[in-house]
Amino acid sequence: MAHPFLDQASRRLTPWLLPVALLAGWQAAVTAGLVSNRFMPAPLDVARAGIAAASTGELWTNLGVSALRALAGFAIGGGIGFTLGLANGLSRVSERLTDTSVQMIRNIPHLSLIPLVILWFGIGEEAKLFLVALGVFFPIYANTLHGIRSVDPGLVEMGRVYGMSRFELFRRVVLPGALPSIFVGLRYGLGIMWLTLIVAETISASSGLGYMAMQAREFMLVDVVVLAILIYALLGKLADALTRQLERVTLSWNPAYRTA
Amino acid sequence: MLLDALRPEYFGLDRARHAEADDRTETVPDRIGSGASSKDSPRGIAVTVRDLRKDFDGHSVIDGLDLHIPAGQFTAVVGRSGCGKSTLLRLILGLETPSGGRIGLEAPAGTSRRSAPPKRIMFQDPRLLPWARVVDNVAVGLTGLGSKGERRERALAALAEVGLADKAGQWPATLSGGQRQRVALARALVSGPGLLALDEPLGALDALTRIGMQGLIERIWQQQGFTALLVTHDVAEAVALADRILVIDAGRIALDLRVDVPRPRRRGDPDLAALEGRILEHLLGEQTA
Repeated sequence: MAHPFLDQASRRLTPWLLPVALLAGWQAAVTAGLVSNRFMPAPLDVARAGIAAASTGELWTNLGVSALRALAGFAIGGGIGFTLGLANGLSRVSERLTDTSVQMIRNIPHLSLIPLVILWFGIGEEAKLFLVALGVFFPIYANTLHGIRSVDPGLVEMGRVYGMSRFELFRRVVLPGALPSIFVGLRYGLGIMWLTLIVAETISASSGLGYMAMQAREFMLVDVVVLAILIYALLGKLADALTRQLERVTLSWNPAYRTA
Repeated sequence: MLLDALRPEYFGLDRARHAEADDRTETVPDRIGSGASSKDSPRGIAVTVRDLRKDFDGHSVIDGLDLHIPAGQFTAVVGRSGCGKSTLLRLILGLETPSGGRIGLEAPAGTSRRSAPPKRIMFQDPRLLPWARVVDNVAVGLTGLGSKGERRERALAALAEVGLADKAGQWPATLSGGQRQRVALARALVSGPGLLALDEPLGALDALTRIGMQGLIERIWQQQGFTALLVTHDVAEAVALADRILVIDAGRIALDLRVDVPRPRRRGDPDLAALEGRILEHLLGEQTA
């Protein structure tokens, strides 16, 4: 394509071709009666359910509650994971002290703790925060640690030769060198964040998107259930897009992340 | 004259104690064949190494090495791989700690401990920070010196010196191998070092780029008058650039040659070729022996 505007428009739109085609096919299949809309409502029905839920404010309340839980849990777990990853990447003593324990806990599927967490915290906010934080902690920790480990020792030596202080060495060499790997952890963490939250809300909650979906199931409102699932997909995509943007800004030096 | 150049010499550290070597030792002028172009106050660091030893896991790499490099001299160190030449350089720079012996660096007269010119090294790979723009990479050479604006200004001047003024705002990833190595050279030189160690800095470059870089290094050395210590496995490069060539074998200086061919030196000069041949013969002779 010669025209730059068309070229860019096509690059923007191409990723959405497949989802839109799927929706269209789905709508056609339901309208033609190939699929019973008791099990699979048509996209237009889902949209109608969405508009209804949005106009009563129920959707926004639940979305807000879920987003707040997700972000708070992410901030706590990610913050601890990042700090511990830095500490263990920079200090042998800290690593020797904590890494074995972390690796042991890591191998327990964190969702298997749900019964225990319900016993501890009931179905309150703490339970969800705890699970999300725990789930997010590991990918951020492991990737931060790996990022710091894989910083080119030649660059660190160069920094020393040129008289950088320890803090300068960290700020100018180690942290930027670890950043690509930290971003990988961030993206994994975001995925686990939604997964954990939804499982936790589905099992035990009195508000939130997962709760909304479970309530709808009670009343056989299939369109609301599908609506909740579609919102998860959009939220996941949104989180991913934000991370990509952040990568593009902070890693612009790296040819692999350069804006096309 | 060439015969003189080929005469192995022993540069004692402490001439009084090594009186027996005196008749074979010459005082080396601060800069040979380049005096005309360097008029600034001398700022080269003199290097004195005495009975230096370095072991790695019980295996001796440097074994009782004595050496004196006068301020401002361009010395090349050649030898087969694994002979300890890079280790010697790293020891002098303080990147390794010696297992025994002493290394003395003598700042030029008239400089206090604080104002003494720094020592710098250029590695075989450029070791640029990929996340810093070219000019900021050069400014790394001024870490802890001056204000941010001053650092930037001096970095730009150093970049102009190596012919890369127009690349200041680029990422290192967009430069060619030779350009990156020139940025590394600018970074090493921007602080006005008294000693510049070059650890096979041109080994990874193609032949034409390498010749260009050699000319650049020689020109800047003549202008600035620092002491240069070049480790290389390219004997032709050593012969083209150095005032003096040390052949290292088994952790000791096996041959210490003066190169009296005046600068600018022509590529393919018969004197240089003869000298190169002689050093190669020595290196190969060791191998077959």
